[in-house]
Amino acid sequence: MAEQVKLFKTWSTPFGLRITWALQLKGISYEAIDEDLSNKSALLLQYNPVYKKVPVLVHNGKPISESLVILEYIDETWKQNPILPEDPLERANARFWAKFSDEKLILSVWSAFTKEGKEREEAMDASLKNLKFVEEELKGKKFFGGEKIGLADIVFGWLGNLLPIFEEVSGLKLLDDRFPSLLAWTKELSELPVVKYNWPPHDKMIIKYQALYEKFHPVK
Amino acid sequence: MDNESVITSILKPEHQIPIPKPLKMEEENKVTLHRTWYSPFAKRVELALKLKGIAFQYVEEDLQNKSPLLLNYNPVYKKVPVLVHNGKPLAESLCIIEYIDETWKNNSPPLLPEDPYKRAKVRFWTAFIHHQLHETSFAVMTTCGEAQEKAIKELSEKLQVLEEGMKEFFPDGSPKISNDSMGILEITICSLFGAFEIQEQVLGIKIIDPEKTPLIFSLLTAINQVPLVKESAPPFDKTVATLKAFRERNLSSIKS
Repeated sequence: MAEQVKLFKTWSTPFGLRITWALQLKGISYEAIDEDLSNKSALLLQYNPVYKKVPVLVHNGKPISESLVILEYIDETWKQNPILPEDPLERANARFWAKFSDEKLILSVWSAFTKEGKEREEAMDASLKNLKFVEEELKGKKFFGGEKIGLADIVFGWLGNLLPIFEEVSGLKLLDDRFPSLLAWTKELSELPVVKYNWPPHDKMIIKYQALYEKFHPVK
Repeated sequence: MDNESVITSILKPEHQIPIPKPLKMEEENKVTLHRTWYSPFAKRVELALKLKGIAFQYVEEDLQNKSPLLLNYNPVYKKVPVLVHNGKPLAESLCIIEYIDETWKNNSPPLLPEDPYKRAKVRFWTAFIHHQLHETSFAVMTTCGEAQEKAIKELSEKLQVLEEGMKEFFPDGSPKISNDSMGILEITICSLFGAFEIQEQVLGIKIIDPEKTPLIFSLLTAINQVPLVKESAPPFDKTVATLKAFRERNLSSIKS
């Protein structure tokens, strides 16, 4: 049976983008299916009944959900161009930072973008604190993985795309010269073909996040 | 005595849980686990080490007065557990368990299956328990009135989802768990709901209902019979007292 790989995502989801990068870095052929989350396909609901979300990877009919789980699956199934290093300590470190991105940083940044007043201030403070940790981890390194990108780079990738968009839409200033290593990293990352050619269309993103911003900050 | 001193006096352990007899001695690689005896996350790492017969030392932390060593080892979260191996610290219990599995890969049991798709399923449900159930369970434990009712309803719904998910792992409905068949999934569910009877006693409500979630109930019962799990369980009364104090402290901080 010919290998069949499908990726259910949306045009804009940063979580789906991670999987796109991983598949393309490893040269895996796949079919991309862009979902409309306001009208989810029956297939998506069948493949991810627990969360009903994207991304979902379907490999020879078997579905896998949750982007971090999918990334590990891809790395274990297709061994070329590994995303995770071999050494267990380095692997643990990569996983630690991947979790930090999704469990701490994304949440604080999203709150800073969507909340108002005191909640927003607190979210800003938390975001800056969290970014400082990431800055420390990146110091002296080209990528989190060293000379080549790895799991943590793939998982943090959303920073380089979404933070400038949030700034353009709302003036939210987070990624600036307070974090020189992070800035340098976003540049390096963005120059990789797999990243450069897969960023979602900028204008479309501005429209989307402008609409979201207005939803969370209605003009009184 | 005010609440704070009551809690501190309960938290200072009077009896250290004894270091287990190791099955395989690793004399050159020193392993230290920074923990508190009541942290479910530290319990996960403790179980993983014991199951694999890895010799290790405990450092009992006082979370009201964190050691400089802990803050140095885990500057990002400042939490337990931290595993120190060959002088290198690791944080985040699930990352630590995968590290243990990869580093001591010749020690049985394997904490994750070999097949990538099975590993993905195990990771998915472990993450579900970690992210979805811990938070809701915490809400049930630390709230009352309408807020607690809401959390109880949410927990019940999520447990139903888990019940469905576990059918794939235990298709005949009666899990048989031994030291050798415990893995990261069993460890994680044990860390949260292993003490469900204690939780039920403190709260006065059913958390794991054998009629609503028979598979989860059987699974937890089987896990709690595993010799290493049994011998690692802290004393019943001490845990009840600590959990009661923990709940009361959280309730009074809501009211103030």
